[in-house]
Amino acid sequence: MKKGYRNWGPPLLLIAPTIIVIGIFVYGLIGANVAVSMSNRHSLVPGTEFVGLDNYFALFAEERFIHSLQNLGVFTVFFIGGTMLFGFLWAWMLDKGVTAEGVFRSVFLFPMAISFVASGVVWRWLLNSAEGDRASGLNRIFEIMGLDFLQNAWWSEPGWGMAAIALPAIWQLAGYVMALFLSGFRGIPMELREAARMDGATEWKLYRYVIFPQLSPVALSALIIVGHMSLKVFDLIMAITKSIYQTEVPATYLWVALTANDYAKSATIATILLLFVAVLIVPYLVYTARSERKQR
Amino acid sequence: MRKPLSIIAGAVALGLVLAGCSSNTGTTDPDNASQVEVFTWWASGSEKVGLDALVKVFEEQNPDAEFINASVAGGAGSNAKAALASRLEANNPPDTFQAHAGAELTDYINAGQLQDLSSFFQENGLTDVFPESLIERITVDGAIYSVPSNIHRANVVWANTQVLKDAGIDPMKAPADIDAWLVDLKKLKDAGVETPLALGTEWTQMQLFENVLIADLGAEGYSGLWTGDTAWDSAGVEAAIAHYGELLEYTNSDFAGLDWDAATQILLDGNAAYNVMGDWAESAFQQAGWTYDNEYTTWATPGTDGVFDFLADSFTLSVGAPHEAAALGWLKTISSAEGQKAFNLAKGSIPARTDTVATDYPAYQQTAIKSFGEDTVVSSLAHGAAASIAWSGDISSAIGKFGADRDGASLLSGLVAASDKAQG
Amino acid sequence: MSVSTEAQKTPRVSSNSEMPGETALRNRKRLSRTMKYVFLVLFMIVVLMPVYVLIVTSLKPPQDVNPATSWGLPVRWPWEPALEGGPTGFDNWALAWNALSASIGRTFLLAIPAALIASFLGAMNGFVLARWRFPYADIVFTVILFGMFIPYQAIMTPLVQMKTTLGLPSDISTLLIVHVIYGLPICTLIFRNYYAGIPHELMEASRMDGAGMLRTFGSIVLPLSLPGFVVTIIWQFTSAWNDFLFALFLSNQNEGPVSLALNNLAQGAQLANYGAAMAGALLASLPTLIVYIVLGKYFIGGLMSGSVKS
Repeated sequence: MKKGYRNWGPPLLLIAPTIIVIGIFVYGLIGANVAVSMSNRHSLVPGTEFVGLDNYFALFAEERFIHSLQNLGVFTVFFIGGTMLFGFLWAWMLDKGVTAEGVFRSVFLFPMAISFVASGVVWRWLLNSAEGDRASGLNRIFEIMGLDFLQNAWWSEPGWGMAAIALPAIWQLAGYVMALFLSGFRGIPMELREAARMDGATEWKLYRYVIFPQLSPVALSALIIVGHMSLKVFDLIMAITKSIYQTEVPATYLWVALTANDYAKSATIATILLLFVAVLIVPYLVYTARSERKQR
Repeated sequence: MRKPLSIIAGAVALGLVLAGCSSNTGTTDPDNASQVEVFTWWASGSEKVGLDALVKVFEEQNPDAEFINASVAGGAGSNAKAALASRLEANNPPDTFQAHAGAELTDYINAGQLQDLSSFFQENGLTDVFPESLIERITVDGAIYSVPSNIHRANVVWANTQVLKDAGIDPMKAPADIDAWLVDLKKLKDAGVETPLALGTEWTQMQLFENVLIADLGAEGYSGLWTGDTAWDSAGVEAAIAHYGELLEYTNSDFAGLDWDAATQILLDGNAAYNVMGDWAESAFQQAGWTYDNEYTTWATPGTDGVFDFLADSFTLSVGAPHEAAALGWLKTISSAEGQKAFNLAKGSIPARTDTVATDYPAYQQTAIKSFGEDTVVSSLAHGAAASIAWSGDISSAIGKFGADRDGASLLSGLVAASDKAQG
Repeated sequence: MSVSTEAQKTPRVSSNSEMPGETALRNRKRLSRTMKYVFLVLFMIVVLMPVYVLIVTSLKPPQDVNPATSWGLPVRWPWEPALEGGPTGFDNWALAWNALSASIGRTFLLAIPAALIASFLGAMNGFVLARWRFPYADIVFTVILFGMFIPYQAIMTPLVQMKTTLGLPSDISTLLIVHVIYGLPICTLIFRNYYAGIPHELMEASRMDGAGMLRTFGSIVLPLSLPGFVVTIIWQFTSAWNDFLFALFLSNQNEGPVSLALNNLAQGAQLANYGAAMAGALLASLPTLIVYIVLGKYFIGGLMSGSVKS
């Protein structure tokens, strides 16, 4: 391609509105947020003073914030693990030609269409932690099925309880990951599979050397999408438990700080969240940009 | 793809039809002096019925006024508070907004966002009809910033009479203090009631804890916690924590996951004998078709007899309210005898005014009206009357943590730290 | 694109190949096939469980609603009250419909344009970024894309300030602008990846100068873009429909979308009416459900031709 403004001027002009709008509404507002996080706006009173990184140090010294990070960690591991596992499993089962594939696919995909405002009440019931006579929700089902040993306190359990909160999140997004994997499976040329079979490859080797490598870009983008949703998880927890200590994650802590008019603290948590997301996303963006350049 | 396209066209048409069906009210116009934008979290249920009743009175008293309902529900008012915080920050306040009366308003007052309503109280004779102890609780440095519309009581034990009788306990006789109550709880447990005391999520735990604090410290000692006159690291608070920990032993293990109504349901199902809850619980018993002093009864939480742990919804007048005159009309309506009656009969709370005719109200409310007139009034912590939003948030978090780890020392240090932070 | 159609045409591999030990193999196949269906149906039941609870609860009068009996079918007909003169199961639906119908209409007027406009702009951006290598195109792309990952709670306060300063109304028109803006990154991403997968020759065919580019976009690229549009429209429609946070901060319940009305219905009262809340949840979810069912099969196809290539 020839260089020169005649070539890249017009495209730049086409994309300029987007760049300007994103510049203001994403980066401008992020900037405003970072500025507040470095001020002492801990109430509605607008006395502003630059305090540097004090709010950040104060936050990391808080047992409560560390606790919310631990919760987020547990949630993220189970959420990503669960969506990837079920997403892959469903796609794998549907890929090989299934009667009524459309029905299964729609059912697995549909929870994505429901907002957490809507599904929160039900999941609150399903994850009710009462056992025995008063059991309801999933614990009741376990009791009916004679699987009493499976009854547990769900998210009320200190420590690993956040894994239970991941259940509705998995319910909602595993279908999307399935769709991604399914499109990945369908994108693998049949000739590749056949060639491998001709060479006498076992089923395992076929997956190990042909299918998994072909799926890895899909897996990566699924991982990124699910991962950043996990770091930002908010409405799910608000819908199921409201903002309480036991299930507190940074995003709900941010909300509590905002309702208490502690603008500086909420801005600080927001910036930390943003940094987390950046740590996850930027290497991915760089990686994809680089691998594309290689292809070209 | 033709099918999806025609579906889109159909959906747009449907959208237009549905949206067209709605009345065209609801747009605020700063230049239209007859409008008043009221920001509340009463969005459905009996609160909505009460609000509608109030609006009806308002429109009768102010025939030209247009009421604009800006309700934001959810998260026990937290959605409303967050949305409000951003509007105030942007200098775009609603004319009047709902807030719990008392310390929850501190932030807004300090930031100069509320107008002093003392003269409004004088002009309308409210200082005479509202009880003195209530006026005292809502006065900050000689000024009053909000008009209470309704009063709730937070130190009420709701008891299932049948469960108590079965265990050989007289349901009409309240235990004298927490220790006596614990004896009864043990008796119930020994009689096979596994979870004699029903409990719910974090704020209901906070409410139970505040009840224990009042019982152990007395009204004066408890009120002193919020003014700095009572030390948080005192023996009394430590004793209250021990009591609270013992009470938790008699509760349902799943309390963290239950909203208040699910906790009350345990009582209704006969699996619990007691539930400490504000008097909005009355609506749950009404809905179940139970009658007072028959299937259920109430008394003040043991050790708090003679104390009225109050919380009130109230309305403010914002600085820079675009429709100030109409907003004052709204405040006048909610403080009038007629407005308070219309609202409270529907919502199931009691009026803030003392010139109430008690017999107009159902059985439970009559007891509350009587106590409100006679008892020492203290401010509820769990419902924003006692501490600022940030402070009660810190306390709530410490109590939630205790619910999981039962570490009394950590709760005490958390409470002390929260108080140090809030009181400087 | 070409790859995918070929893959579908190619017959499945071992279906008609002759091999020794065929019967045993076929038996094993049949067994594993049956197992697969058993598992698929089991998973389907698990996924549908919450919907079952939504439906049965919405048909119970308040007196019969209790977490402990949430799995049970209603114990009376939905037109029969539990208490004399009390509310019935159908009253839940009437209540929900009255509370939500107007806002459902407004949400259509919000979500459809939001999806179409953001998709169109995203297609344009994606085309430019995929096909026109101007200096630092990758960096521009990365900078745009990062916008889709910000936690929106972080920017609400300054955003409300901006809205007030500009004097924008508290209704769906403001939300429309916001959803288009914050939908741009993901639409751009999807279309960029999608166009990267379309063979060069197809587009290089016509000589492109400044004016030619738009013509190419309109006459050659757009008609090829339907699968991409299905993905972005589904995504944008769903997120605009289900969004609560922007709605909470930038609109009010008289002029805002259905998520606000549903939230007020579900959480607005101290004594929650779960039956009405669940009826409302079902009503509010219907449009997105229909979108998924109608466009679902195109969705996979669109994903296939797009994101896989990234």
